[in-house]
Amino acid sequence: MTQALDQIFVLTKQWLLGFVPASAQPICSAILSVVPVLIGFPLLFAITTWLERKGLGRLQNRYGPNRTGPYGLFQPIADAIKSLTKEDIVPLTADHTVHFLAPVLLAAASFLGYAVLPIGRNMVLVNMNAGVLYFFAVGSVVELAVFMAGWSSRSKYSLLGAMRAIAQMISYEVPLVLASIVAIMQAGSLSTVAIVDKQAGYTGIWPHWFVFTPWGVVGFALFMIAATAESNRSPFDLPEGESEIIAGYYIEYSGFKFALFFLGEYLGMFATSGMAITLFLGGWSAPFSFLTWIPSYVWFFAKLLALIAGFIWIRGTLPRLRMDQLMSLAWEFILPMALLNMLDAGIWHFMPAGVLRWLVCTAIVAVPCVLLGQGLKRNKKFQVRTYQFAK
Amino acid sequence: MVGEGILKGLVETARNFFGSYVGKDRLTTVQYPEERLPQIEAARSFPFLVYDGPDWDKGMRCVACQICEKECPPKCILIKKSADKKPDAVGKPQFYPAVFNIDISVCMSCQICVEVCPFDAIKMDVDYDLSTDDRFGDLLLDKERLAKSNEYYNAIHPTEAAAVDAHFAEERAKAEAKAKAATEAKAAAEAKVAPAAQEQPVGGETQ
Ligand code: SF4
Ligand code: SF4
Repeated sequence: MTQALDQIFVLTKQWLLGFVPASAQPICSAILSVVPVLIGFPLLFAITTWLERKGLGRLQNRYGPNRTGPYGLFQPIADAIKSLTKEDIVPLTADHTVHFLAPVLLAAASFLGYAVLPIGRNMVLVNMNAGVLYFFAVGSVVELAVFMAGWSSRSKYSLLGAMRAIAQMISYEVPLVLASIVAIMQAGSLSTVAIVDKQAGYTGIWPHWFVFTPWGVVGFALFMIAATAESNRSPFDLPEGESEIIAGYYIEYSGFKFALFFLGEYLGMFATSGMAITLFLGGWSAPFSFLTWIPSYVWFFAKLLALIAGFIWIRGTLPRLRMDQLMSLAWEFILPMALLNMLDAGIWHFMPAGVLRWLVCTAIVAVPCVLLGQGLKRNKKFQVRTYQFAK
Repeated sequence: MVGEGILKGLVETARNFFGSYVGKDRLTTVQYPEERLPQIEAARSFPFLVYDGPDWDKGMRCVACQICEKECPPKCILIKKSADKKPDAVGKPQFYPAVFNIDISVCMSCQICVEVCPFDAIKMDVDYDLSTDDRFGDLLLDKERLAKSNEYYNAIHPTEAAAVDAHFAEERAKAEAKAKAATEAKAAAEAKVAPAAQEQPVGGETQ
């Protein structure tokens, strides 16, 4: 029974495929796999916008949307109608083709990453043996789309926003990949399915998730910081900093194209969160051995929602970083820590299991983390600014 | 420790999050159409015309002197003076506005019209539910829509209105006293003239 429930989507698909001739089966199979993802995740996006506005409101002692429908639940629908019916304005001097293509490319690229995410047991669109590599490769197409948007709009704000976005995204791409390497090292495979399978076992009731190791928890933290920056979320939302450059690279967009940017951004966030779950939080596996009767996809989405809640919480708490702080965080803190973490994962692999291994590996990451943090703090020079021309 | 401040912040917002579900006093938002804040006396939105007595057209204080029309910075007042006269608040015969329009989509609530009006005829309203789906017609207020009673004025700006009323009462008393004095003087003059009139039957009254 639990088996059937767990595999219900897989079995349904196979049952449906039985009705089509064998020659048409590959294409039908692809469509049957892709369409639910194309519907499900935008739906999750709609729910998330509501959750985010409600949650942010409560974090700031406000109500959040509460007018459209019960508890403001129809807010996403109202937003969608609004953005669909709004006028689509394209600047006169803009490069029309590129201006149009940018949001389309962004949304399309954001979808590509889902191909390798194992949403449940046997539920992955493509079991690629270089899945993680593929994920980060298509993830960087987003940067191209962002720059297309900034460049084609022919606006200073757009271009500045795009430059910021590119600088930030490329800087954080490096720690993002380096932080994920530890999981790949441990699983010995680039395939997302293999990585999840490696974590799906239990010792007693405890799962073998990578996050429950010293290098895993550090890797997870670094990955999440980099993922926040990668998906342009607060406190790393400089590319769209409303108070500085209004909306960054998509300032010249309106109506549905603007909504597409939003969609792309959120899809990117879900995809990187999904990757974090796959790499460190055991993918679709249950947190305790006695909870395995709950279907695997439920666990995946529960974890995804938990991470989204974390993103919202962070967004409601932290102020935006300055550009130089952002860069120094990436290159002076996260990057060295990620490299050190790789060394730590290697040591963990070759040391015999036991308390000593735990102590040594924890010390290797914890001590430098504290020292680095203090060193960076001490290097902060606070001085009275003098203005050359303002005397 | 690294990240100590971040943790402190996270705890604070988490406290907000759960606290706002437990204690309603945290939520300061007033749910506007259902709830409203008490009216502030010094508040102001757009001008209105004060009238005395039960009939808005008869009791209108405005005498169509057009000072406010001239002073209004964005020129959103339009006044057309009447041809005939009628008694004003104090009882003197005055012109009255045949047309008095204020375009509140242009008005910037500067209150200059109120400051310059020598007759206390125009005052600031406090009503703010003015949104409408007719951008032109509904925001151009004519005489009838501008007219509000003195009681209403007393209700929204009690202190100010009391002073105005006191001033009017004084003016009226003065006018009455003057009228009385005039009639007395006239009576006295008549009394003085009366004996002479018997001797000179023509032209005595005109002096
Ligand atoms: S408040 Fe100012 S802008 Fe409005 S009608 Fe009076 S003078 Fe004109
Ligand atoms: S409102 Fe006052 S200033 Fe304006 S025309 Fe009437 S009496 Fe004159």
